[in-house]
Amino acid sequence: MRKVAIVGTGHTDFVSDARKTEIEMFCEAAAEAMAEAAVRPRDIQALYCGNVFGDFSEGQGMIQSYIANELGCHHVPATRFEGACASSTLAIRDAFIWVASGFYDIVLVGGTEKATAMGTPLATRTFAMGTDGKYEFPAGLTFPGFFALLANLYCVTYNIPMERLREQMSLVSVQSHFYGTKNPHAQFKHKEITVEQVSNGFTVASPLRLLDCCPFSDGAAVLVLASEEAAKKLTDRPVFITGIGQASSPRLSAQAPYLPRIRAREISVRQAYDMAGVDPEDIDVCELHDCFSIASIIAAENLGFAENGRGGELWENGETKIGGKIPINISGGLKSKGHPIGATGASQTCEVVRQLRGDLTADGRQVAGARTGLVDTLGGDGIISNLVLQTG
Amino acid sequence: MKYKLPFQDYHKALIKNKLMGLKCSECGTITCPPQMSCSHCTSFDLEIVELSGKGEIKTYTTICVAAEGRESEAPYIIVLVELEEGPWIMGNLYDMDPQRASLALVGEPVQLGMRVFPGDKYSDGPAARPVFRFAGSNEKNP
Repeated sequence: MRKVAIVGTGHTDFVSDARKTEIEMFCEAAAEAMAEAAVRPRDIQALYCGNVFGDFSEGQGMIQSYIANELGCHHVPATRFEGACASSTLAIRDAFIWVASGFYDIVLVGGTEKATAMGTPLATRTFAMGTDGKYEFPAGLTFPGFFALLANLYCVTYNIPMERLREQMSLVSVQSHFYGTKNPHAQFKHKEITVEQVSNGFTVASPLRLLDCCPFSDGAAVLVLASEEAAKKLTDRPVFITGIGQASSPRLSAQAPYLPRIRAREISVRQAYDMAGVDPEDIDVCELHDCFSIASIIAAENLGFAENGRGGELWENGETKIGGKIPINISGGLKSKGHPIGATGASQTCEVVRQLRGDLTADGRQVAGARTGLVDTLGGDGIISNLVLQTG
Repeated sequence: MKYKLPFQDYHKALIKNKLMGLKCSECGTITCPPQMSCSHCTSFDLEIVELSGKGEIKTYTTICVAAEGRESEAPYIIVLVELEEGPWIMGNLYDMDPQRASLALVGEPVQLGMRVFPGDKYSDGPAARPVFRFAGSNEKNP
């Protein structure tokens, strides 16, 4: 298996009510990534695209084929990945495997989404399509509901008073908004919030309040992947994908033996750690899937950064900030940066690559000396994918 | 190999207040809702059994923002219930004011009833859903 590098990154602004189409946003991010790597359309041998709701938001299916040809990558094989919020991380993992295998040398991979075009009621309905449609959606399950059930179960399982978890969850959102103000692409780049605002917001699904929840968002992010050999000619700052993981979950109720742990994440990240030959303590910076504040706390535990039941202490003690034990979501995370679901994994990867290249000093959010980073993305009830990224 | 307990059969039984599950011929584990393989040992050798419908609440949430077409249902309580026979299933709880639901619900014994989600344009028809009431309460169909 060959080494695979990320040699180009592109990222649009994440916004509400984008004026551009999903195809246009992907093309803008792709153009940025291709310019960074100095590759031309004819150098791209295949395209991988995460996109979940184009069918509902724009009445546009089969988006990957149109994107390839709009970009001038005429007739290259183009494949769409649908894994709910993890779609583009799945796309990156597959793109990695194709390049590592030797089948391709240079490919384009990313994601695009225009979720706000659906409006909140339809978006809530379509997002709920990631739950079990026959056995759990009929009860009225929504995605905030999924993590609200876990938040209450978390308190009972680990014997943590809800008042304390409430404070911890609020600290997660406050930190995300703080760093979001340092990310020029963030949806809430102008909005800092307080613990009181989070804790007293209106209830979406008890105990989760409005500011425990990430927003609906529009945007795109794209990467250029190249074999080590090809990368040498394209960049002197390659970031290598050294570990990959992916695992699937059953419907929420069938995860009972493990809840509130997400067992699939523990399996997926172990695959990625083992492949890269690293452990949690080797990770210098992490972008994890904070679709809800409680989701961050559970993810931090599943990824090995804290014992079960003690993830919230990382935020209480400032360990998740720059300078802390494990800087988490320094991009602002899904909460502040935004969550255009088909683009989210590519956005997280783009952020970690830029951290490892040391690009973010001017923004005021550089983790000094970061050499090893982790990407964590969760789709629906529990498709998990993880990537370990390392400097050369 | 035929799918042992398809959704339509599960749905028709639940409408008659019968909760059907699958018992593994190899390890004895009960799987519910139905699926192709035993949730414990992955065997396909399963037989259909009727479950008691009794269990206890493990966690809950009160949903205040509902999906399109279901806005008038909110607020409503969703519970995960551990059945006597082992598996956890999702359902609703209509026995109390959703705004008064709290962690005190966890551990409460409950008994199965049902309501029908009539379906929407994406759902391929209606779906009976478990609706729980507190064990010992008199309502037959909450």
